[in-house]
Amino acid sequence: MCGIVGLYAKQPAVEDRLGDYISSMLIEMTDRGPDSAGVAVYRDPVPSGSTKVVLQHPDEDYDWRGLSDAISAALGPVLLEQRANHAILRGEVPFAALRAWLRETHPEVGVVSSGDTIEIFKEVGLPADVVSAFALRELTGTHALGHTRMATESAVTTKGSHPFSTGFDLCLVHNGSLSNHNRLRERLRHHGVEIQTENDTEVAAGYLTWRLSEGDSLDEALTAGLRDLDGFYTFAVGTRDGFAVLRDPIACKHAVMAETDDWVAMATEFRAIAVLPGAKEARIWEPAPAQIYSWTRNGS
Amino acid sequence: MIEFDLAEQDLRTLNRQLQGLGERSNETEWKVLNPRGSHALAVGLTRPLKVLVDGHTGFYCGGMNAEAEIEIHGHAGPGVAENMMSGVVRVKGNAAQSAGASGRGGLLVIDGDASSRCGISMKGIDIVVGGSVGHMSAFMAQAGNLVVCGDAGADLGDSIYEARIFVRGQVESLGADCIEKEMRDEHIATLTELLDRAGIEADPSRFRRYGSERKLYNFNADHADAY
Repeated sequence: MCGIVGLYAKQPAVEDRLGDYISSMLIEMTDRGPDSAGVAVYRDPVPSGSTKVVLQHPDEDYDWRGLSDAISAALGPVLLEQRANHAILRGEVPFAALRAWLRETHPEVGVVSSGDTIEIFKEVGLPADVVSAFALRELTGTHALGHTRMATESAVTTKGSHPFSTGFDLCLVHNGSLSNHNRLRERLRHHGVEIQTENDTEVAAGYLTWRLSEGDSLDEALTAGLRDLDGFYTFAVGTRDGFAVLRDPIACKHAVMAETDDWVAMATEFRAIAVLPGAKEARIWEPAPAQIYSWTRNGS
Repeated sequence: MIEFDLAEQDLRTLNRQLQGLGERSNETEWKVLNPRGSHALAVGLTRPLKVLVDGHTGFYCGGMNAEAEIEIHGHAGPGVAENMMSGVVRVKGNAAQSAGASGRGGLLVIDGDASSRCGISMKGIDIVVGGSVGHMSAFMAQAGNLVVCGDAGADLGDSIYEARIFVRGQVESLGADCIEKEMRDEHIATLTELLDRAGIEADPSRFRRYGSERKLYNFNADHADAY
């Protein structure tokens, strides 16, 4: 089961309401995933040389102020913004050093995402509760992905919630299952890709991270994925500037896409797209098997 | 005509009302507004009602239909008219995957394109598609007719039993045990009648017919070594 949604703004007016729209889409997918929910929103890029990292701690009253003071003292100045039990850190601290320092001194703090623009928020509970806990409706941004989870293969925890990010600004949400994820996980670890869970989706995200780090474009990475990822899947992928959808060559897992002059959307079911303005008049199609649909900013 | 707005009332109320109409009811013409991708809309109808759905539907619209005429003025999600027994379901737009799956009777008309696995496991339903169909259409089809006025995707009619497939355009590839067959007068007559009932204008003589080679019906002892 599980539901996935994605929205890519083509106009500033949609960027202004991106959080509102992706929240409505997410809530429509509650029947497919009442266990946990999450979104990845691409927004508010940090200046060149800085990094944005989203951290998570199970305790809502966690002393984030104390943590950011400690990071500032140890690694350099950071700015902190709390959102429920997640916190967004911005600063010129090298990510590898921050992650190593956290593991050493604060192993209870999880890293949810890292990059220039990506912010991931995810938690157990109904999508509507997750939307209000993180005040997702107020977020602006260029594109976003969302996931509602009905757990089938691993525990219902924040860590096991989706979306997964395995590399800078990379996010992947997924309907379906991969059958060769165990072997692939080992191979990716061998290539130095950090994978935190036993989840198959994280392996797919890690695979794309690896291909992109080898110099592939998003389309090239997905084309390679058609060869190396074995299973039934519909992927929606976000990068700093891009948004893509891919179904496996058999294409059993549900997916629908729609496009207007204002936005591009994908979802497991059309009802998640029906909530968007202009959905009834949108161009609507079922993505073809093994075909990459992608949109990139900056005309590249 | 009775209007039912799904923006104001819920789907179960609608289906309960449609399914509960007695033989003597004169509430036979319905218009459903704002379907917004709802699933299982107008399913399990057993009376000769006319239901017009104004908008795009979700999964399984018109499923298990008997006798009713359902017209979707929009696109239909996966499994439209699945397990239909009789009656007519017409989609004015396109249909997602598995249209008419396992249908036993009746007529499904898709004015636009149908996606993959159109007519999968069809068991007597007639399906007429004005546009093209996706890959694996008529997979394991057992009875009935699939008419495609456009092109057919890869592996058409894979593992087909006795259903008939008519395609006017290109066939990307045929699936296992599906072959092209001679178009005889009786097939032209069937096709003419189906196109006429579907209200689609197309010259029957321009279609090719495909069906089962019947080689998968029985285990071939000569191949025993392969297992």
